[in-house]
Amino acid sequence: MAEAIVPPQELKHAKPAKGDQTSLITGSEAIAVACKLADVDVITAYAIRPYDTVMQYIAKLVSNGELDCEYIVAEGEHSQFEIVKHASACGARVFCGSSGVGWMYAMEALTVTPALRIPMVAMVGNRALDDPGAFGVEHNDALAVRDLGWQLVWVDSPQEALDVALMAYRIAEDRRVFLPLAISCDGAFLTHSQALVKIPSQEKVDAFLPRYNRGDLLLHPDNPISVAPQANEDWLMEIRRQTAAAMERSPQVIREAYKDFERIFGRNYGNPFFEEYMTDDADVVLVGMGTLSTPVKVTIRQLREEGKKVGFVRVRWFRPFAAEELAKTLGRFKAVGVIDRDFSLGSPYHSGVLTTEVRTALYPSASRPPVVGFICGLGGREVTVPDVRKMSEKVYEAAAGKSQPGTQWIGLRE
Amino acid sequence: MGRLFAVEIVYRGIFQKTLAKNISRAIVLAAHKEGKPGISFGRYGDSPERNGIPAKAFAIVATDDVTLEEGMAKYEPQEVDVSICVDDTLFKGVESWAWYGLQPINKLVKPGGTLIVTSLEDPETLAKMAHAKKTPYQLAIIKGTPSFSGLWVYKEDHTDVRILGAIAKALPELFSLASVQETIRDEWNDELKATSAQRSYERLQSYTVKPGQGNPEEPYKFDMPKWTEMREGIAIPGIARGHAMTDPISGKQGGFKPERNATFKKWATRTMRPVVDFDKCIKCTLCWLACPDSVFDVTPEGFYDANMEACCGCGVCEAVCPEPQCITMVNETSFPDNAGQWAAWRKDHDGYEKWVKEKIADRPERSHGFRFRGQYEEQVPEMLEIARQG
Repeated sequence: MAEAIVPPQELKHAKPAKGDQTSLITGSEAIAVACKLADVDVITAYAIRPYDTVMQYIAKLVSNGELDCEYIVAEGEHSQFEIVKHASACGARVFCGSSGVGWMYAMEALTVTPALRIPMVAMVGNRALDDPGAFGVEHNDALAVRDLGWQLVWVDSPQEALDVALMAYRIAEDRRVFLPLAISCDGAFLTHSQALVKIPSQEKVDAFLPRYNRGDLLLHPDNPISVAPQANEDWLMEIRRQTAAAMERSPQVIREAYKDFERIFGRNYGNPFFEEYMTDDADVVLVGMGTLSTPVKVTIRQLREEGKKVGFVRVRWFRPFAAEELAKTLGRFKAVGVIDRDFSLGSPYHSGVLTTEVRTALYPSASRPPVVGFICGLGGREVTVPDVRKMSEKVYEAAAGKSQPGTQWIGLRE
Repeated sequence: MGRLFAVEIVYRGIFQKTLAKNISRAIVLAAHKEGKPGISFGRYGDSPERNGIPAKAFAIVATDDVTLEEGMAKYEPQEVDVSICVDDTLFKGVESWAWYGLQPINKLVKPGGTLIVTSLEDPETLAKMAHAKKTPYQLAIIKGTPSFSGLWVYKEDHTDVRILGAIAKALPELFSLASVQETIRDEWNDELKATSAQRSYERLQSYTVKPGQGNPEEPYKFDMPKWTEMREGIAIPGIARGHAMTDPISGKQGGFKPERNATFKKWATRTMRPVVDFDKCIKCTLCWLACPDSVFDVTPEGFYDANMEACCGCGVCEAVCPEPQCITMVNETSFPDNAGQWAAWRKDHDGYEKWVKEKIADRPERSHGFRFRGQYEEQVPEMLEIARQG
């Protein structure tokens, strides 16, 4: 029978906190620090660049005695994700991660995790899928699980990586959700770049993050249950509907987490689902995810000086996708350009994944601006200021009714 | 709209999978000789690669393509013109792998349709084993031992063609005997099989089973919960450990009876069951150790009582028992219920011993597939002789 859905226990009031400590660390190190602050119980690792930087930092924390956890180096990514899946079923707070084809090698384990309602938190160091072997960022690895029940979030700075990693446990481990969550960090630009990060005190984190309570789903001799028996056509739709309902509850839990985060840590991220930059008076906007935000914002500032009112919408949460809110926002502009650091070969208009999602979100909207799809920055290629200028021009052309169907590849040698 | 014909074949997994497929295919091919299109398929929700588990195959035939498509809009037919049961122990009900509950063997037979079975039993016994139905149907018996073989071997005992000949008799609109024989010559190139089909066609007799005749019990079914009522995370409650047994005469407590899956009981999964002669038992524990389904309850005095709610009739207990005739596998058709044997033995020792002797002495031959070298060389001529004699 269904169990009542109970919100996490009332949070105790934050104690008077000591001052945050500032450190110069990479995005990967920021995630490792978040694991320490969240007091993660079981961590599995298997080396692949750029994710491997996280496993190195965590190993260092463990060997220095700063983090007390089971740290298991698996013999491959499939085992890596299976081990934490089972540990999480037994009530352990877990962390793992991977990149590129390593993430794909774990695919079977990634597939079974959402339906079992395992609140696994993973970091994807975004990396191009082989072949050819390449280290640089492309978002196709994380996007491969977009239909499976994984929550997916993109961050663009080491500070946001740390903050979102703390919120990730709060969101994934909420009894209303209990779904896995992957934090996407652009390879190199985020995983290997050091920035000054405010590291909160343990007291604040403890006030923010309740312990993981698996309740009646806990695998334990005192709670004899059998998990994942074979179930055919007579059960499967109901099970899928349950997982879908959990994903439908996730946005509310995300909002609560950001609100509480602001209350305890004093950092306000505004709308959790997407960040708006200079959109108030913008004619047209660009939409994108991850670290391309830096060249885009810089270019926008330059364009403003030339009198071109371009804005930027940085999508943070890809799953759940804030379709209604995004459609409402994008409906205000004359045209929208979506920058995909990914590809979706053979998809409608040969677009990238984000473009297709944005178009779908806009379809029911009364105000439906033209949407131009761009594919840019694949395999770690830089998204440059001239690239962003070019894309802005194309979006202005679309606003003037000179839109072309199809997708434009930007920064390509041609 | 033309006419639609549906035939189901109810069989046991592994041992009869090839037999069912051959019959189902030959039905479509024979009907096609007369210009009718058709489709043959096994029910996907079944698990026909599991030992003895009841499963179904279907042949759907129509007078034209559009009618066939209309028929196939519902993947599994809700009623059939002819139902074929290739193992008479399935008359107790069809307990499929999926959550269909216990389905009466005659459930899909149309009013006035025909249920064809291979059996050595008489029509009264068979009609009594099947669940009572509100509408009348015809029961036709093809005399013979249910044909069991392995997954990789096929027993050429003519069960397939005898059934095809019987269908031509029961439902001549589907196909004629001539079409059946033509198909047999194409598929098997065996004139003797064509003759067996003809004998079966000529000799088939059917008996009318009246409304309400048969087992009056309501077969168990499942109430499937709504998605909001199900526990999340694909988690189901575990089964508790178990408890001591109580002697029905002395009230003494002891031994151990494990708790079992309350949902899936083995009502119709068996073709045989172990009959235990407690006077011969030396308490060696081998049956209890070897049983793959933890069927044996341990009694207060240390005997082993085979629990029929858990037994699937594999016969391992008989095979490992060192005492002659202490455990004997007996054809499931001999038992009207799942009553416990140890309790009966405690309540009426002499009556029970008499019952055991009768069951063992009288047991019709049954076996699961392949049990000893040379078995088919013995069985096939016997079956062919039955086919010849009718």
